[in-house]
Amino acid sequence: MTFLGTFALWTALLVGLWGAVVAFSGRWQWQPALERSVTRSVYAVWFAVAVAAFALWRGLFAHDFNIEYVWAYTARNLPDVFIATAFWAGQKGSLLLWALVLTLFASLAQFLTPRRYAPLLPYVAGVTQAVAVFFIVVMLFAANPFERLAFTPLDGRGLNPQLQHPGMIIHPPMLYLGYISFTIPFAFAVAALLSRRLDTGWIFAIRKWSLVSWLFLSAGITIGMWWAYVELGWGGYWAWDPVENASLLPWLTMTAFLHSVMIQEKRGMLKRWNLTLVVATFLLTIFGTFLTRSGVIASVHSFTQSPVGWYFLGFLVVAGTFAYTLLHTRWPELAPEAELESMLSREAAFLFNNLLLVGVAFSVLWGTMFPIISELVQGTKLTVGPPFFNRVNVPLGLLLLGLTGIGPLIAWRRASRANLKRQFTLPLGAGLLALVASLVAGMRELYPVVTVGLAGFVGAAIVQEFGRGVRARMRMYGDSLITALARLVGRNRRRYGGYIVHVGILCYCVAFAGMAFRTDLEATLKPGESVSLASPFGHTWTFTHTGVSQYKDANRYVSQAALRLDREGEDLGLLTSEKRQHFTLEDGVEVKSFEASTEVGLRSDLREDVYVVFEGVVNGTEEAQYRFTINPLVWWVWFGGLVLVVGGLITMWPGGGGPVAPARRALAADARPAGAQPAEALSDA
Amino acid sequence: MKAGTRFLIGAGVIAAAVAWLMVQGVRETGVFYLTPTELASKVAADSSFYDLGVKVGGAKVVPGSVVRDAASRQIDFRMSDGQQVYPVSYRGLVPDTFTDASDIEVIVEGHLGRDGVFHATEVLAKCGSRYEAAAEEEARRA
Repeated sequence: MTFLGTFALWTALLVGLWGAVVAFSGRWQWQPALERSVTRSVYAVWFAVAVAAFALWRGLFAHDFNIEYVWAYTARNLPDVFIATAFWAGQKGSLLLWALVLTLFASLAQFLTPRRYAPLLPYVAGVTQAVAVFFIVVMLFAANPFERLAFTPLDGRGLNPQLQHPGMIIHPPMLYLGYISFTIPFAFAVAALLSRRLDTGWIFAIRKWSLVSWLFLSAGITIGMWWAYVELGWGGYWAWDPVENASLLPWLTMTAFLHSVMIQEKRGMLKRWNLTLVVATFLLTIFGTFLTRSGVIASVHSFTQSPVGWYFLGFLVVAGTFAYTLLHTRWPELAPEAELESMLSREAAFLFNNLLLVGVAFSVLWGTMFPIISELVQGTKLTVGPPFFNRVNVPLGLLLLGLTGIGPLIAWRRASRANLKRQFTLPLGAGLLALVASLVAGMRELYPVVTVGLAGFVGAAIVQEFGRGVRARMRMYGDSLITALARLVGRNRRRYGGYIVHVGILCYCVAFAGMAFRTDLEATLKPGESVSLASPFGHTWTFTHTGVSQYKDANRYVSQAALRLDREGEDLGLLTSEKRQHFTLEDGVEVKSFEASTEVGLRSDLREDVYVVFEGVVNGTEEAQYRFTINPLVWWVWFGGLVLVVGGLITMWPGGGGPVAPARRALAADARPAGAQPAEALSDA
Repeated sequence: MKAGTRFLIGAGVIAAAVAWLMVQGVRETGVFYLTPTELASKVAADSSFYDLGVKVGGAKVVPGSVVRDAASRQIDFRMSDGQQVYPVSYRGLVPDTFTDASDIEVIVEGHLGRDGVFHATEVLAKCGSRYEAAAEEEARRA
């Protein structure tokens, strides 16, 4: 199997090189056979990488511990589902997964892109092949998943118990899907620049791709938060760790792009900015991988135990230089077709939204890189932690939240006084009401109060939009409320799907504000003893320790501590938290694998989570150490994630609500600078 | 005034605000990140480094040095980067990854007291997704 895998990777490397070289040479423009060859090379590389992936899975399921990767991440007593997901438990397998998904997306891009964008496709193939070649080179020369050991161990080391969790089955692939799918928008941007087809065509070709990418990344980050929350046991879901920041950075620039692209579609502005955002987002996905793989930030001995980080840094430099040069040479051709007419316009709101998102991204990048920056500048390492990120980003985030309400309400081009009055009266009133209500309820902290006020404003703005649309349909077509709502969303998927995404974001923001009121308590309890903790909502929780039980499961020993939960005299049953010690079998003897891990006890409702961590027993008795935390509103993070995904899916669902913009663009054709072609003309070329 | 100019002014205000927030943030929340050896040379040169909040990394738990008192949740151990050893005193919960079984890398936050003991307010040990480097190292030795 390792021979098959390595052979498949080499085949993929050579075919990918061929595709990239031919595509960038441009000779296919005169030789249709070469153009077909480029397209087919994309499918061929995907097939070869799929064969390699099959080989690795085969090795994992066959318990071929002679393969170093199989030995390092699985064991005989590991459940099947985790054997399958051990594929991406380590760096080498992750690279293979990356290559597999990348080549799949590259093939889909060739296969699914409408014919009118065909002139861009060979360049797109060239870019995706070049990126695929990079990943295959890294595998073959630095991190080969098919590397064999000098001998065959009887059993593997097993999978890290913290990775034996449903969140970890889906979190990494989701993030990868988000990262990798953005290669396609980047490839189209490069294709547009190379072919000088710099009209809005490429923007339409990648609309779905950038949404897919954004959706996967959003879901991946949220699932990662959930995993960290329930599995790592420190009581929160976001710690501003470099690894987390690395995934947030491309999300921020991608979010900015999804908004600013609408201005280019409508008004022909921001071409340079949009291209820059696409390039920046792609580079940040690579940068994120570099950051997490190289250990440059996490480890004090900075540069790398493994050379893989260096490969990524090299690729980052090459891709960045290439994209910069390309943008630089095409800069004059990217002049805007229109100017900003008024500060009271949707364009201006979107521009500020972009500035803030990029500002947040910059501060997160700066804070993450600060140990390196300060060492270079001052010679001493300084770090900044969550207090820094919260100080900088909470005010910026609140401004963004405000714009979430303003953007959809304000008119394009120039808002009239009548428009402002008609659109803003109700939402502003609702926001003010929410603000006063939060103060009356006894909230005094500045940021949470402002968050509640803004949430009222944004929520009311979205409800007003839906309400007006539904009422209009009911009046015009005599639809019932439900039909009107369904048709309204169905016929304008992008607009109303976008609003639903905003509702999701609103849930996140309120939940984040809730974390300002978390309380915790540490206690050591003998069986029968109780401890009380006041909830920020005013009631009191009482926890009674009932005892510790021990048992053995398939691949672990478990110590389970149980508590009786009581809220203001109401008995809410038992809550358990566990310490698990995993083991593997060597010659029939159980051998401890990994350190003990904690299973959090969690009781969640719409208001608050009771989060209990069992830390261990005192001297082998049943006296247990606990940490109790009340986390307000956490449920709303996961709910917000769900709403966001639903909204995102509506936005990108194929069919109705498709691009109306080309028609608009045709109307504006006389305003187009000489040399640019409308998107439709591409198919005739 | 043209809208474009007004926008540029607005953009300038936002950029300045971001910059100001970042400078203030670094000034008020930034902490030194040192190895034990670096910390030793800092305090030798400037005694104000005693009692100053710092983060110490690049250190490992000295195997066998961990003393836990379960009832009071007090944990004492020694950390070393191979040259400089500091005793660490910590009260609270440590992550699962923190043991003295094999060489565990720790990052501690707190201050070095004048008694030569590092009083930690936070103890971090290497987290799950970063196990790999060590695993691969081990694999190569196996």
